[in-house]
Amino acid sequence: MEKIHLINVLPHVFLQAKELKSEVWEHELSFEKGKVYLVEAVSGKGKSTLCSYLIGYRDDYSGKLLFDDEDTKAYKAKDWGKARTHALSYLFQELRLFPELTAYENVEIKNKLTHFKSKEQIRELFRQLEIEDKRDQKVGLMSFGQQQRVAMIRALAQPFDFIIADEPVSHLDDRNARIMGEIMLQEARNQGAGVIVTSIGKHMDFNYDKTLKL
Amino acid sequence: MNLVWKLLKQHISIPQFTGFFFANLFGMLIVLFGYQFYKDVQPIFNSGDSFLKTEYLIVSKKMAFGGYTNTFTETEISNFSSQSFVDKLGKFTSADYKVDVNIGISGQSVLSSEFFFESVPDSFVGISQKDWQFSATERTVPIILPRAYITMYNFGFAQSHALPKVSEGIMGLMDVDLFLHGNGKNGQLKGKVIGFSSRISTILVPQSFMDWSNKEFSSGKTSQPNRLIVKVKSPVDGQIATFLDDNHYEVDQDKLATEKTTYFLKLIVSVVMVIGLIISVLSFYILMLSIYLLLQKNSDKLENLLLIGYSPGQAARPYQLLTIFLNLAVLCIAVAAVFLLRGYYMDMLYQIFPAMEEASVLPSLLLGILLFVVVSAINMYAVKHRIMMIWRRK
Repeated sequence: MEKIHLINVLPHVFLQAKELKSEVWEHELSFEKGKVYLVEAVSGKGKSTLCSYLIGYRDDYSGKLLFDDEDTKAYKAKDWGKARTHALSYLFQELRLFPELTAYENVEIKNKLTHFKSKEQIRELFRQLEIEDKRDQKVGLMSFGQQQRVAMIRALAQPFDFIIADEPVSHLDDRNARIMGEIMLQEARNQGAGVIVTSIGKHMDFNYDKTLKL
Repeated sequence: MNLVWKLLKQHISIPQFTGFFFANLFGMLIVLFGYQFYKDVQPIFNSGDSFLKTEYLIVSKKMAFGGYTNTFTETEISNFSSQSFVDKLGKFTSADYKVDVNIGISGQSVLSSEFFFESVPDSFVGISQKDWQFSATERTVPIILPRAYITMYNFGFAQSHALPKVSEGIMGLMDVDLFLHGNGKNGQLKGKVIGFSSRISTILVPQSFMDWSNKEFSSGKTSQPNRLIVKVKSPVDGQIATFLDDNHYEVDQDKLATEKTTYFLKLIVSVVMVIGLIISVLSFYILMLSIYLLLQKNSDKLENLLLIGYSPGQAARPYQLLTIFLNLAVLCIAVAAVFLLRGYYMDMLYQIFPAMEEASVLPSLLLGILLFVVVSAINMYAVKHRIMMIWRRK
């Protein structure tokens, strides 16, 4: 996928809104592969909503969302499954990890679908993010900051054209936020992928190609 | 798959699944056992009379004092065949000459007596036309004997002469010599026993032989039939009994008794099978409820699996395999139990009816497999459907 194209997309909940000052909603814009985007918003502007449209979790909008030239409203479960394993990587704000499984198993359950990373590569990511000692611990027993890093490793265990990170560093200290940002950017560069980061304040310190206000 | 299973087996309720397992097992067992038992017992009631189907009525006139004839006139026959409940009507033709029959087994003469032949139109005899033909050149007559003969031989003759008992399977070993006299001629032919019937107390021969032999040996007078064979459209039609009563006709009583027994047997087995099916359906509901509850409890996990890229089919698979495994275990145990029980009652049946033909177990096995396939297919569909609902966030 080379391009994510939004044409006049507007969530149904905003249909009644009178003064919508947004650079995304009801605009035509594209996210291009290889570029880095920041989507900034205050709460309630539909930041997570935008992410859930991009990942196919919701489709309660008017307008068009195209992957290259394909209208995603025509996507079937199978197509979204393929997109989520081979084209779009998504770091959920609410993480969506499985608390019953260990940190490693949470990554493995994704990697089994994609067979993208070797055991050694996964181990290395745990080491770089300084949670190597937590690998075999149940995720439910970890702090949110640690869980954010596990979710990041899981998000990297697949090939992608775009990586979408919904407030990825909200619970991390600056040092860990920087490490995580570097790893994500490096992985995106290796794959020639685009990066879309959302934020309500604290955000990764990148050279963004474009910053959009929701 | 094992990680997904590790995740999705959370909240599986062992008591619920045990409940389903036993309920389904009993349901399946009752259905299969009822069916197999019916299949095993049915031949006892219908044995050998595949030649004359049970839905054929053999009608005669009630014997009356005072010189009344018990033959049917042409008017009576045409009146009978014009009744709305009659599908097909045939006349019994009697041989109009003398027949001496000599039956021997392994060279021993068993029975020698004067008899008379009867025939019915070939279309009423359920034997392939090839076997039920007579040609004047071959001089071999296919015949159907009354089953009473074999009983007579086994319990009377064989016992007292220390000869082995015979079963219907070796009836081909019987030597039957037929001596025909009439119209100033004598003829000797060979008879070939091709079956036994408990419905007819006469020696039944093909219509073609009857026509030929009557022409050869008969004095020429045509006799009216004293029995009719009738195929009715529906045996439960109330008009039949009324018509027979009004005209003082009667049907073969023995056959009616068998018919009644078979009817009650069918009824009882049907009731048992329906109960089995109801238990199966209820157990199926238990399973579906358990699975739905399980899916509900695990819906967050399932949704997350879908969001990280698992297809609905992949997410459904652990539960589908679980139900198939349970259903398969139920099928295997039920089939094994049916065979075990069957071995027990078949021994008893053989002691009572040594000549009984063994029914195949294949139909009940197929029925079991059919139930398994249907139930599993619905289970699989329901699980997938439920997961698609999670996918659509409904």
